[in-house]
Amino acid sequence: MAEKSPGEDQGAPRGSVALYTVGLVFALLLTGASFLVSQTHWLWGPGVPAGLAVLAIAQMGVHLVFFLHISTGADNTNNVVALAFGLLVVTLVVSGSLWIMGHLDANMLPASAIMEMQR
Amino acid sequence: MNARAAVGMPRPDSGPAPTRVVVAYGFWIFLLSDIIMFSALFAAYAVLYRQTAGGPSGHDLFDLRHVAIETMSLLFSSYACGLGLLAVERRRLSAFYFYFALTFALGATFLGLELGEFSTMLAHGAGPSRSAFLSAFFSLVGLHGLHVSAGLLWLVFMVAQTAYRGPRDFVRRRLLCFSLFWHALDIIWVALMSMVYLMGAR
Repeated sequence: MAEKSPGEDQGAPRGSVALYTVGLVFALLLTGASFLVSQTHWLWGPGVPAGLAVLAIAQMGVHLVFFLHISTGADNTNNVVALAFGLLVVTLVVSGSLWIMGHLDANMLPASAIMEMQR
Repeated sequence: MNARAAVGMPRPDSGPAPTRVVVAYGFWIFLLSDIIMFSALFAAYAVLYRQTAGGPSGHDLFDLRHVAIETMSLLFSSYACGLGLLAVERRRLSAFYFYFALTFALGATFLGLELGEFSTMLAHGAGPSRSAFLSAFFSLVGLHGLHVSAGLLWLVFMVAQTAYRGPRDFVRRRLLCFSLFWHALDIIWVALMSMVYLMGAR
């Protein structure tokens, strides 16, 4: 089992220009879709943030596969495991912060009430 | 008898991984740690973006046409960087110089637009000290801008090194790391574009 480095593409020499180009086309389509979703009323208003998040995650996936050449092939296990750990930490940091700060915000007294108590 | 066989471990079917694989893997770990740092700033922004302290909000400040041009510059810059890497792998040096010049020009366009946006905001009194929202915005977007500036410096250095030392193994390993860095910056920009600008401008 040969190992593979991120960014490496061991396909046919011509195939890799095609790979970058396919990635570029997908990225352009997804970017266009993000702008459309945010600027038009095609999506139900409260659903727009979720739509944008889905499109952004899809585009990040396209970049990872077509530009950084991270795939799920057997020669790419180490890179994918590192990516999975990175995603775990990112999820914990972002969702944990939003969760804790959301509760703090909901449970905290207004500043005026705190001033009143300190008197 | 080798040490692995002595302790009864299975022998790998090949020797240690080539230097190129090891270097790129290490750099990939660095990039992931960089992305984790950005995620902390994203979390801070997500917590603070409504706290405008009576000052301007994203809806007042963001110009989406501007953001679209920035996005296109960075995306095509990433594409040109990938093609430049393929060119140097095939020892086509003139194509490599062309694509890396394009990468630099598009990256510099992005940076120029971003600095222009920042100076307009500062001129309208919407600097990082105006509100918690703007502090979070400037730390997050500014850190990405700093990464792009560092990337442009690195690009100039790598082109000079390729010209001076030729496309040797160690030079091509560094070029591979540079291209990974540049693509990773584009990934972070995708998150910035959607989560900060497109959501903020609504």
